[in-house]
Amino acid sequence: MSEIRIQREDFDPGIEIAAIQSTAGDVGAIASFIGIVRADDKMQAMTLDHYRGFAEREIAAHVAEARTRWPLLGVRVVHRVGRLVPGERIVFVGVASSHRGAAFAAAEFLMDYLKTRAPFWKLEEREGGATWVEARGSDDESVKRWRDP
Amino acid sequence: MKLLYFAWVRQKIGRSEEELNLPAGITTVASLLDYLRRQGPGYEAAFQKPELLRCAVNQEHARFDARIGPNDEVAFFPPVTGG
Repeated sequence: MSEIRIQREDFDPGIEIAAIQSTAGDVGAIASFIGIVRADDKMQAMTLDHYRGFAEREIAAHVAEARTRWPLLGVRVVHRVGRLVPGERIVFVGVASSHRGAAFAAAEFLMDYLKTRAPFWKLEEREGGATWVEARGSDDESVKRWRDP
Repeated sequence: MKLLYFAWVRQKIGRSEEELNLPAGITTVASLLDYLRRQGPGYEAAFQKPELLRCAVNQEHARFDARIGPNDEVAFFPPVTGG
């Protein structure tokens, strides 16, 4: 099964991982990733804006794509929105499969998507003001390598 | 029609959503955009460069030539930046 949540509150990685194992059946491997806000260029905080409904749908489409590429038994994506400061958890991806290869690959695939093309907008606060982050080029290397040649 | 704005589009307009009685003759996203940019300085600032904007109709990505009707939900936002 797949679960996608977008929420303001923090999450507990241990609870999320346990939930994947308990709902996914005969699991042999769970790969998980936790993203944490960094203080790059003296960033003091970032605020994530999102379009409820649209964001869940966009992420679900990529989870579905991951499921066509690898034999996955469970997928869980938790993404936080609102104002976050460096050191706070921002994203969780957990993937269960029978074997580690599929779990590692699918987790990395989903994170590459989430970091570059997930439907969020980021406002970064620094001394002197807040600025909206501009979109990166669509040919971002980390995403390009998942495309068919 | 329900209109939604995100990120700097929301900031420039000064609101996150509003209801609009779709004026006669507005049948595409492009014509809606043209109408909205004439609704005040905030709208003018938000919509002056349509190439910087993306839109969704009923929560699906849409092009500016997409047709729209009075019961649709239309959202305007900058290109997404990832999480």
